[in-house]
Amino acid sequence: MAKITFITRDNESITVEGNSGNVMELAVQNKIKGIDGNCGGVCSCATCHVHVEPSDWAKTGAPNAMESDMLEFDEKVSDHSRLSCQMKVTEDLDGVVLKVAN
Amino acid sequence: MKKSEISDPFEKARLEKGFGEMDDQNDPVVMALRHKDVRRCAHNWKTFQSGAEPGRIVIPSEVNIRDIRQIPFELDPPMHGDYRAVVEKWFKRPLEANYEAGLKCIIDGVVDEALAKSSVEAIEEFSLVLQSRALTLLFNVPFEESETWISWGTHVFRSKDSALDADKANILYDYIDNKIAESEKNPGQDFYSVLLASDVNGKKLTKEEIKGVLMLTFAGGRDTVINAVTNSIAYFAEHPKSLERLKNEPELINFAIEELIRYFSPLTQMGRVATEDTQVCEHAIKADSRISLNWASANRDATVFENPNEVVLDRKMNPHVAFGFGTHNCLGATHARQILKVLINTLIEKVKSIEIIDAKENIETLGEFKRKVGFDSINVKFN
Ligand code: HEM
Ligand code: FES
Repeated sequence: MAKITFITRDNESITVEGNSGNVMELAVQNKIKGIDGNCGGVCSCATCHVHVEPSDWAKTGAPNAMESDMLEFDEKVSDHSRLSCQMKVTEDLDGVVLKVAN
Repeated sequence: MKKSEISDPFEKARLEKGFGEMDDQNDPVVMALRHKDVRRCAHNWKTFQSGAEPGRIVIPSEVNIRDIRQIPFELDPPMHGDYRAVVEKWFKRPLEANYEAGLKCIIDGVVDEALAKSSVEAIEEFSLVLQSRALTLLFNVPFEESETWISWGTHVFRSKDSALDADKANILYDYIDNKIAESEKNPGQDFYSVLLASDVNGKKLTKEEIKGVLMLTFAGGRDTVINAVTNSIAYFAEHPKSLERLKNEPELINFAIEELIRYFSPLTQMGRVATEDTQVCEHAIKADSRISLNWASANRDATVFENPNEVVLDRKMNPHVAFGFGTHNCLGATHARQILKVLINTLIEKVKSIEIIDAKENIETLGEFKRKVGFDSINVKFN
């Protein structure tokens, strides 16, 4: 089980638990505002963009190549941007804090 | 070659030089063909604008047949975002449970009608009907309105002989004027009433702006959806195992939808106008000339997609640009995706096989390139 905290653009903090699928799916299931997951997780829409708390970067790891190419053209990109559909929900993510980009 | 196959006419030019050229009513277009360039140019709205003369970013150009600006499509940031925000929530309604139930009902209906006949011409008798009925949900108007939209035929925006037809466009303008007037008298819960009640930065939308939104919603979602639906029918007719697989592994349906959309790329390209001297893939572009973002070509770029010319039903990484990219990404995508999802589920449920009896391809001629976007007509039998 991994506990993941989302902080939305209006500064609401919501902690949810999951043990399978990807982080975008977990967010959509829990109706996290600002994570739409329009393309269902194939890395084509960037409506699942999050900023990882810098201290959690080691846990999440950096984006993969296709994900980086996608983020490169996103207005809201930061040094700790990820597309949450590209992050698997595993024990490794327990405790991470993700700020929703949109 | 299979009838459902859609080849890629841009490959050679994409590999060799990265751009293509075509004339269009003496306003030539340089097409960006590579995935990276298409995304870069779509992102760079300052240099490649949408807010040019109304109709000019469309290919073939519509400058001679309309003056009304389509909104938010022919606006650039920051104004674009202000107007897009007005309709964004409305275009997410397809995710609501009762909307999906409505779609299910509509698609059950057209599939049952097709099963009952000995054969159907899929464009006119299946896809146009499905598209029109589904659009009543997006507009939140009575189902019966679809009868009028169906009666316009597939060529209300483009006629068969000339690609552009002002008389036909007028049918739509008059219709929209009437509907706005009706909703003004009797406001309801429909799209017209919602637009009439909306404001941007504290100012009500003008009639002209409302018409611009409506024109775009009618035009943007018509041929694209008709082609996506028809091409899906042709694909499943020739790939019964794919439908079988989706039946056994329903978790793949989402991947399949994105992959079919990538492969079909129902909207080949969209233009932009350069605001300064610049370049596309090292080719010089003069200020006030046109480029295009060739979504169809980008979606077959082998540097991004393995086996780009194959439908890989469970493609997991699929950064396609069939719904555009960045600022203007398709507002109707949620509606379109839901249609395909419900369609696939309904085919799985009700249809054993589909036979293609005969088909006539719909080929776009774009300068030296000839691209199949779908069919002019295709007779099929649902079993
Ligand atoms: C499979 C079906 C569809 C495809 C492939 C498609 C494709 C596209 C593409 C590529 C764009 C970007 C244009 C640009 O960057 O200039 C776009 C924008 C748009 N589409 Fe679609 N579309 C589809 C269905 C629909 C439907 C059903 C509607 C509405 C009923 C719709 C409404 C729009 C609107 C309003 C925009 C402009 C958004 C903006 O400017 O912010 N589309 N579409
Ligand atoms: S859900 Fe579309 S890119 Fe992540």
